[in-house]
Amino acid sequence: MSSEEKRIRVLIAKPGLDGHDRGAKVVARALRDAGMEVIYTGLRQTPEMIAEAALEEDVDVVGLSILSGAHMTLLPRTVELLRRMGMDDVLVVAGGIIPDEDVPALQAAGISRVFGPGTPTEEIIAYIREAVSARRPS
Amino acid sequence: MTGTPSSPLSALAERVLRGERRALAQAISCLEAGEAAGRELLALLYPHGGRAHTIGVTGAPGTGKSTLVSALARGYRRRGLTVGIVAVDPSSPFTGGALLGDRVRMRDLSGDPGVFIRSMATRGALGGLARTAGDVVLALDAAGYERIFVETVGAGQDEVEVATLAHTVVIVEAPGLGDEVQVLKAGLLETGHILVVNKADRDGAEQTVAALQAMLDLTGGAHGVVDHHGVRMSVGEAPADDSVGDGWRPPVLATIATEGRGVEEVLDAIEAHRAHAASAAGRDRHFAEAQLARALDEALRRLLAEHLDPAAYEEAVQAVLSRSADPYTAAARLVDLLRPGNDR
Repeated sequence: MSSEEKRIRVLIAKPGLDGHDRGAKVVARALRDAGMEVIYTGLRQTPEMIAEAALEEDVDVVGLSILSGAHMTLLPRTVELLRRMGMDDVLVVAGGIIPDEDVPALQAAGISRVFGPGTPTEEIIAYIREAVSARRPS
Repeated sequence: MTGTPSSPLSALAERVLRGERRALAQAISCLEAGEAAGRELLALLYPHGGRAHTIGVTGAPGTGKSTLVSALARGYRRRGLTVGIVAVDPSSPFTGGALLGDRVRMRDLSGDPGVFIRSMATRGALGGLARTAGDVVLALDAAGYERIFVETVGAGQDEVEVATLAHTVVIVEAPGLGDEVQVLKAGLLETGHILVVNKADRDGAEQTVAALQAMLDLTGGAHGVVDHHGVRMSVGEAPADDSVGDGWRPPVLATIATEGRGVEEVLDAIEAHRAHAASAAGRDRHFAEAQLARALDEALRRLLAEHLDPAAYEEAVQAVLSRSADPYTAAARLVDLLRPGNDR
């Protein structure tokens, strides 16, 4: 009968125009099964839509899935909007088809971690739990 | 209970009252956690509530509730009113996690600062809503949103909790989900002020409308008005207060939410009910009592959590397990221990 702990809230979004969201749904489901509250926003989201949803939902984590190749513009843009809205503490991670050579630039732009295809969902869950608890004041 | 002017919570409350979206989002998280800070924040916001009109939207899964809410919200925006939306989806009873997907159907609303959407998980509560849904509605109300939609989980027949916090309850049906008997036995319908048959381009829409009309002709819903051979008459005993038999005959409206068809008529009906119900003296008392009952329930749970002796609890479990006491007797003993003067 302990009081409700603050649950980890995660927004899973697909920026850009690719129409394939299997990976995003698998991750969303895995995070749900790990006890997180996952807000799924669906396909073809602009960075503005993602940042607005993240703000309204007061999420701890934004997970961006992108396969279209437009990650170098859409992902930094999303982080920039989040920061501009005052969400400095939100963890931003990405997944999808992202070449290794692009990862350092994305990390410099504020994407904490990039998960490639075939990453075990356990690894994503463990990373999110650790990173969120490190960010929370307690 | 109230914070000092310099406390972080009063600063947060001030920002909510100014309509700052980030502050509102953080305040909702605080209320949702259901801890002491949330109760303190609620106390600061409560005096500023009571201005919004709250619309509950409920109905079976797959009837198109989210799409309808999205279309209604756009309609209100065209009418110049600001809109808050609380969309509730179920938590997993096993992991406590939740997949909240209502925003997928609400993408047309993004980019509009006059709309605020918040997804909520039920977090173990029954009745189609999260326990703190009413608190979240209050935060949106205090932040100045004029119409607030509360979309329940895909409800079956008894998710009537929404009636305790929504001024107007919209029940969404779709063709082909059940025969007339399903409709008749659904306690849900009795709480509805407006019945919507969505997906009206599908086969059987007219039959569904007719079945709902026939049901209303038989019972008048909970509202006690029946048209019989063109004569309006009341059914059953006259209610003791105005909160139930309020003389409102629920309209049955057909919509195709994906195309926006029928949406204006639903908005007109909501506004007509708003005007109608505002004159019902018993209504606000009904809500006040429901809110108080919820808060009392919470307070008692907390009292129990804080003061229940784990050893006595274990003893009670063992007693029930070995059948030396029945659960009610064991519970009554535990409660006795909490009474003043019975401290161990």
